[in-house]
Amino acid sequence: MSNQYETVIIMTPVLSEEQMMDTVNKFKKILTDNGSEIVHENNWGLRKLAYPIQKKNTGFYYLLEFKAPGELIGKLETDYKRDERILRFLTVKLDKHAVTYNEKKRKNAALKKEEEKAS
Amino acid sequence: MASQSNEVRYLNPPTVDTSKKKYCRFKKNGIKYIDYKDANFLLKLVNEQGKILPRRLTGTSLKYQRHVGQAIKRARHLALMPYVSDLLK
Repeated sequence: MSNQYETVIIMTPVLSEEQMMDTVNKFKKILTDNGSEIVHENNWGLRKLAYPIQKKNTGFYYLLEFKAPGELIGKLETDYKRDERILRFLTVKLDKHAVTYNEKKRKNAALKKEEEKAS
Repeated sequence: MASQSNEVRYLNPPTVDTSKKKYCRFKKNGIKYIDYKDANFLLKLVNEQGKILPRRLTGTSLKYQRHVGQAIKRARHLALMPYVSDLLK
């Protein structure tokens, strides 16, 4: 039974753009290999941290929303821990309210983009 | 004479005792999910030092106060919000 999860990872700012992208692709590959379906992903880019983590004040944030069976999450998190480019991660199981909230948010964002394009 | 001097009349009645009826903003607006990624919304539920505001001040119901607490702790873990700060607002 696959549930919907959402994980946010913070990567060290020292990485270049494509180094950052290939760490993300590494985890996306792990997900898709194990039969998980990525619903949505969002690159927040470089952001200032509220407090320094490992002596760094900024970090690359990346959001991944996916459907996966429960056992995959444990393996995924050990991979996160093992990868030293990742400062911090948080995986959250989404309940039905969260799923509808995310969908509505995506719909509004798409709508707004169309309005901007139209205007 | 004495009674008249201490009797102070105001132009309009003082509104010190009439306290505003508190309501749970989540139940009223029908918010079902509190997003831990939305930092500037969560800043409204936190005082200047970054501490979570108690229910007696915000008036939120117990169920949503727990959601708020969990969302704020997740946001703090992800460094979207500070654990402790001064003059946050």
